[in-house]
Amino acid sequence: MNVRRPVPLAGECYPQSMGLQDSFFGQKFGITERDLERYLGEALSAGGDYADLYFEYVATSSISIDESIIKSANQGVSLGVGVRVISGERTGYAYSDDLSPEKIMHAARVAAHIASGPAKIDKIGLEEKQGRNLYPVVTAPTDTDLKERAALVERADRAARAYDARIFQVQAAYADSLRHVLVAASDGSISHDRQPLARLSVAVLAKANGGTPQRGYSGGGGRIALEYFQTGRTPEFFAQEAARQAVMQLAAVEAPAGEMTVVLGPGWPGILLHEAVGHGLEADFNRKGVSAFSNRIGQQVASPLCTVVDDGTIHNRRGSLNMDDEGNVTQRNVLIENGVLRGYLQDKLSSRILGSASTGSGRRESYQHIPMPRMTNTFMLPGESEPGDIIRSVPRGLYCSNFGGGQVDITSGNFVFSASESYLIEDGKLTRPVRGATLIGNGPEALKYVSMVGNDLKLDEGIGICGKEGQSVPVGVGIPTIKVDKMTVGGTA
Amino acid sequence: MNLQELAGEVVRLALNEGATDAECTISEGEEFSASVRMGEVESLKEAGARGAGVRVLKGKRSGSAYTSDLSRDGIARMVSSALELAAITSEDPHAGLPEASELGMIDGDLELYCDDVAQLETPFKIEQARQAEKAALDFDRRIANSEGASFDSHAGARYFANSREFSASYRTSSCSMSAVPVASDGENMERDYWFSVARSYSRLEEPDYIGRKAAERALRRLGARKVPTQRVPVVFEPRTARSMLDHIFEAVSGDSIYRKASFLTDKIGEQVAAVQLTVIDDGTIPGLFGTSPFDDEGVPSRRTVVIERGVLKSYLLNSYTARKLGLKTTGNAARGLSGNAGIGHGNLFIANGAQKPQDILRSIKQGLYVTELIGFGVNIVTGDYSRGAVGLWIENGELAYPVSEVTIAGNLGEMLKGIEAVGSDLEFRGSVAAPTLMIREMTVSGH
Repeated sequence: MNVRRPVPLAGECYPQSMGLQDSFFGQKFGITERDLERYLGEALSAGGDYADLYFEYVATSSISIDESIIKSANQGVSLGVGVRVISGERTGYAYSDDLSPEKIMHAARVAAHIASGPAKIDKIGLEEKQGRNLYPVVTAPTDTDLKERAALVERADRAARAYDARIFQVQAAYADSLRHVLVAASDGSISHDRQPLARLSVAVLAKANGGTPQRGYSGGGGRIALEYFQTGRTPEFFAQEAARQAVMQLAAVEAPAGEMTVVLGPGWPGILLHEAVGHGLEADFNRKGVSAFSNRIGQQVASPLCTVVDDGTIHNRRGSLNMDDEGNVTQRNVLIENGVLRGYLQDKLSSRILGSASTGSGRRESYQHIPMPRMTNTFMLPGESEPGDIIRSVPRGLYCSNFGGGQVDITSGNFVFSASESYLIEDGKLTRPVRGATLIGNGPEALKYVSMVGNDLKLDEGIGICGKEGQSVPVGVGIPTIKVDKMTVGGTA
Repeated sequence: MNLQELAGEVVRLALNEGATDAECTISEGEEFSASVRMGEVESLKEAGARGAGVRVLKGKRSGSAYTSDLSRDGIARMVSSALELAAITSEDPHAGLPEASELGMIDGDLELYCDDVAQLETPFKIEQARQAEKAALDFDRRIANSEGASFDSHAGARYFANSREFSASYRTSSCSMSAVPVASDGENMERDYWFSVARSYSRLEEPDYIGRKAAERALRRLGARKVPTQRVPVVFEPRTARSMLDHIFEAVSGDSIYRKASFLTDKIGEQVAAVQLTVIDDGTIPGLFGTSPFDDEGVPSRRTVVIERGVLKSYLLNSYTARKLGLKTTGNAARGLSGNAGIGHGNLFIANGAQKPQDILRSIKQGLYVTELIGFGVNIVTGDYSRGAVGLWIENGELAYPVSEVTIAGNLGEMLKGIEAVGSDLEFRGSVAAPTLMIREMTVSGH
């Protein structure tokens, strides 16, 4: 497996496990186990079956350049606690942006009102979960010198402009966050995590004499130290990639329309899996029976060449987490094995109702949001074909190496994803570049047409944001080169 | 200190610490959400939060910061953080605030806040959602499942002050109800939704109507087929026609224009669309969601004709993009709590046309009636357009059968010029509204 790892890490010495009193919330806000027990007791005072507290402190910064001017820089902090009470299949939720005991007790009472009848639990013994660290970043990017971070967007701007005289607009944006979370639950667990995240992106426009301008976009990052951008995936790397796409697009012809063979290149095109199968396998949709994949465990939903996993445990990846936002340890979950549907992505509520084990997939955007099953890093395992052989096997078709976003209708299973860089395949060779086009398919059907899987699995550069029911979370995707015998391409030619 | 005073205090603090100009936004809000599924309460959420943001200028350099900690210390940290950033940004000759003469607000009651929303009791709101879902489930035996129904309400306020002596605030309220039923014919499932949203409960649609409408929409999708790839007329129902305004908005936003990143760049005064098309942005209509007394940098909201009978009349600008383009702000500044202002719209709509939707359909022999669009395949720079579509096939002027798993493609520039008919069924549901639209020809891609 060709999983890219960020180059130098600043040492692996962040403590693997520490007590509550040494944790961020213990240190900064003096929160003790006694406090947590009292809040959870209040949350369950009206008879809920389960309660949890989610403390969150996020510091963010962003710096962007446009027209070679660093026009904007922003930083900020947000802080709060969410209280959730589950009673049967019902959820009560309240939050506070103030960590004073009175405000947290009030939120706990409001959340408790969902439940009725006498309290079922009178004492909660809290125990710390053992931690591990998938992102041992000593100095989070958020805590580095602002000038060093500003230098990244300046380098990107210069490199994109230097790439080709036809590049006439460059915007580069750098953003980071450092999120501290503490989850305490009435099942007796306390977990905490420190989650650094950073990304750098470059958007450019190119124009040839008198023609229509064309866009190019590239970016990446992860749960990494700032050195990643200085000596690994540099601003120049992303800038040149964005510029290359825009310049290539200047020669693009109209995209074809209709059903044809489509070859997806490795990496970000894995967004196919995120839309075609990932969302449809989230347990909330399946326990309600509203997903096109509902009640299909054990069935063949893809060609036997396809094995798809969702893995939250890959070091330093954007979609990775030591623990999910309900305090469960993340893991590698097999979704589809040799084409057969194996499992769903569970959060605590769904796993309670379905009687399934946690998959560490309960995530939320912030303390103001109720957790739900979400993906982490979703990708297809490599096969045996040489990428070159895959392209050579296609007499006429489309090769797509870059995409914008995608979307899925969970219930019908129909999904789309929009190609931003593709080429016609004619007689086994990539010929002309074509303009952007949307590809459309149906989740439980599309992967049945996968007839070749490459040996070149690549994960994306680390820029994905997944939206569901108004909540955004960072995710990753990946795929080797694959050949899909039949897919509808939404061009105009 | 109330929050309006606090906003003024933040500006003073910034000036004291060396800023040459400053602007502060503070918001507070309370949200409530009830969701019901298969007759049972699924979740209830109730909470409030506040936040403050500041943008400072030191000469021609700017910096911004925000915080959810409104304590004295939290505010002081926010201000020094913004000033620290102003030291690492570049001099931007166009950076600044609006001129003092441009600042101000619309007088009179804009009906943005209504007491009746706050007075709704939780059990009543749950019951409304339950009723909406029940109406959907009772509508037809093929509606046997549901993703639920919800009732949400919100009340909040926004406070703004800047160093050019503008200081003002406004309150808003809203409530909304939606239902998402699932229809099944034993083989395939389809879901659809309907919703209503209003600043006053008295203007919200009835739960029964919402449920029935959602059920009808889900049912008419059952048995959908793919159609052969072809070029045909395409009709957008009002719910999907709105998306055309999202694209037009992006294409006339000052940010896209000064970067020459829009297919409408430098086209003021030119015929960019068919004469049937008139697009207006109006932030002054009482009671609507795009209405506000002033924009997010303190300039009064107004009515701007963007496209008149197909001719591009105006871009939508904030003070920064106006200075870049040598124009005047149109009062379209938008931002969260901090940062440089971007561009937002007020109530953005396509003016009603003359034709009844049925008459538009009647004029078409073969075509696609689009009821849902998915995906992001729209490129504002080139105008290239390619999106996933769901809808109904038009045969000899009638809606014949449902269609799905197809895409529609074209180029926005050509699509606007190819608008052949505009319906007379404009209705506001949120801040972007359009009547039925017919485009002469697009590529429908299927099998």
